[in-house]
Amino acid sequence: MNPEKAWLYFDHCASTPPHPDVVRTLAEVMQRHYGNPSSLHRAGLDADRLIRQARELLGKLFEVEADEWIFTSGGTESNQLAIKGAARANRSKGSHLITSVTEHASVLEAFLQLEREGFEVTYLPVDSIGRISVEQLRDAMKPGTILVSLMQVNNETGAVQPIAEAGSLLRGCPDTLFHVDGVQSIGKLPVRLREWGIDLFSGSAHKLRGPKGSGFLYVRGGVRLEPLLGGGEQESGFRPGTQNVPGIVASAKAVRLSMESREERARKLGGLRSRLLDRIALLPELEVNGDSAPDSPYQAPHVLNFSYAGMKPEVLVHALEEAGMLVSTKSACSSKDDKPSGVLLAMGYPRHRAAAGIRVSFGDEHGPEDIDRLADALAEAVRRLKPLERNGR
Amino acid sequence: MIYDFITVRFGEITLKGRNRGRFEQQLLRHVQDALGHMPELEFNKTYGRIYIKLNGASYKEAAAGLGKVFGIHSFSPVKRTESDADSIRETALEVWKSLPKEPATFKVSTKRGWKGFPHPSYDMNHIVGSAILRAYPGLAVDVHRPETELRVDIQPEGTYLYCASEPGAGGFPYGTNGKAMLLLSGGIDSPVAAWSAMRKGLELEAVHFHSYPFTSEQSTDKVIELARWLSVYAGKPLKLHLVSFTDIQTRFTQTGQEHLTITLMRRSMLAIAELLAEKHGAGAVVTGDSLGQVASQTLGSMNVIGRTLSLPLLRPLVMMDKQEIIDKAVQIGTYETSILPFEDCCTLFVPKSPSTNPNLRVVERTEQSIEGLGDMVRLAAENTETIVLSRGEIIKRKSAVLQESEDRDWF
Repeated sequence: MNPEKAWLYFDHCASTPPHPDVVRTLAEVMQRHYGNPSSLHRAGLDADRLIRQARELLGKLFEVEADEWIFTSGGTESNQLAIKGAARANRSKGSHLITSVTEHASVLEAFLQLEREGFEVTYLPVDSIGRISVEQLRDAMKPGTILVSLMQVNNETGAVQPIAEAGSLLRGCPDTLFHVDGVQSIGKLPVRLREWGIDLFSGSAHKLRGPKGSGFLYVRGGVRLEPLLGGGEQESGFRPGTQNVPGIVASAKAVRLSMESREERARKLGGLRSRLLDRIALLPELEVNGDSAPDSPYQAPHVLNFSYAGMKPEVLVHALEEAGMLVSTKSACSSKDDKPSGVLLAMGYPRHRAAAGIRVSFGDEHGPEDIDRLADALAEAVRRLKPLERNGR
Repeated sequence: MIYDFITVRFGEITLKGRNRGRFEQQLLRHVQDALGHMPELEFNKTYGRIYIKLNGASYKEAAAGLGKVFGIHSFSPVKRTESDADSIRETALEVWKSLPKEPATFKVSTKRGWKGFPHPSYDMNHIVGSAILRAYPGLAVDVHRPETELRVDIQPEGTYLYCASEPGAGGFPYGTNGKAMLLLSGGIDSPVAAWSAMRKGLELEAVHFHSYPFTSEQSTDKVIELARWLSVYAGKPLKLHLVSFTDIQTRFTQTGQEHLTITLMRRSMLAIAELLAEKHGAGAVVTGDSLGQVASQTLGSMNVIGRTLSLPLLRPLVMMDKQEIIDKAVQIGTYETSILPFEDCCTLFVPKSPSTNPNLRVVERTEQSIEGLGDMVRLAAENTETIVLSRGEIIKRKSAVLQESEDRDWF
């Protein structure tokens, strides 16, 4: 049986089915332009021109300069390079950094590492719907704060951070760089790099129907970064190593496709989310984590997180898989350990609820009937599992 | 400057019966385009004329733009007034007062385009002429060879008065006679040939052959610069195709027929140009050949070289003197660039004594002996780099790989 037909894939926050046109671009460029973009001959020159074109496309889509984009191996590298690179390169200006408690592991890990190097890090708390407050950010700022890093959309709950407001606060602090992890937001939410005063912005292609192993990082002109790797001058020296030419071209295409249809997609996915919320409301066993208001501006349209407290989330995941529905427990990057979700704990949920989070995330291929099938399967799974609920929930 | 309008008169297109309407529309568009940098202007097309309202904009600046538009016979700065005798008389005096130098003799010529106007032309000449004579007693009328002729053009919407006309570039509006592929070298002649072809209403795409790395990047830049100049005269974006000629040229130097190298090269260039012409929908090939100028432009060479083509081969400069060509190059602005000292692929590998009367059979046999020549020609035509120029700006320099990425929709 063809697995593509066998399941409904509700794990878009982890990765997305690639767009057929993107796959074609990837294959054709890989086949035809294998030259090393750093080579002096024509094959190299051609590969280099394709990268240039990809950069210009990103520049145009985000209304910034082409040269302000560098290509990486993915979201994790973009985040690590932005955070560690900016902190280390600007140490002479200060050693205080700010982020939030609900960031992606690739961000939190970078800050932990910087703490070991002697940086001081403030972790902003979040409220019950997963948002930081700009007032708390303002209070955390001090002379010597050289970097603030926030995600635009949380990868577990879909909570949307007040990026524009944080950006205007930081405008008054020229020595503080502002990094935004946009891995989950591109193609779903508006992104306004210049207007919001963003200095560094991370993206990942496979979260928006592009290829894996391809990421990109906006580095505002004039911002200094210490490279993570050594041994080459590629990507303005920020990111040595032979560029992934087919990945870069295909990523640029994926970004274009995702951004050109963003508003329509956001509307459609928001509708699907409301539909699922309505159905979950009929199941008293399930509790929605985050803002459960339909069309909430504080919530990305493509993610819904809920808990079946008293039930190990893996059990529900497997029960749904039996019915052909693929969903996820917390984030894919940390879903194999047993601990409660740090994000849900930070939002103030009790331990048993935070340990039972289920994430449903959807995309372009889904329609209302798919949501209905998921809801039916959920209702059936809950009915079957109810006798097995642990006491003391 | 008291003038508030420009009258633009059409050239040869008025001869073209059925297509006239389309030609006039096209010309209006080209005029608007050429003056696109002057937002104050208002355009109004009537039968055989365009009236441009200046609204305070500089006549000189507008005239410079109009001089580059093909299909214009002449244009004049005019003063507009109401179509009644008193207004016309008053305005005539105003126009006269503004003349830079008072002439000794004059005449008034009235054209009554509006048949409803109450006074006949002859009366109007008298009314206006005597008013001027009264105001300027030293002046004399000379109806045969007047120093200044005051023209009065009476139309229903108003009357236009003027004393001077400037010749336009003439010819047909750009692109109204089809499209041709131009061989553009870095020399003096081919840009002039381009201008002449465009003037005759041909839309052009240009092809340039380079022999990188034997020729430098600078010699290509020089050709781009020439194309940039030419694009000012074009009514729409001009494409320049850059073709690498190195392989073919190198091959020709190994035939053992050194004296035929130039003949062989020119034939291959025309063959490539023809392939490009077919690809881009051009119906002719244009070159800057001028009879007898160099070995490849003798009658004998022209015969052997021209036979490569099935399409018409147009040689606008064929009967012009070198000095005439140079004067034209200076006038259209390409001369200074053309004389920059970079080698092009024809000055490279020039044999000591090129044949001035090549034998067609020998040439064809030599070509047949070169294995894969047809493929090399096809490959050269396929692997072009295309640059798009518009109104003197390079809008796109597209490499083959980017063309490929566009054709295949990679981005």
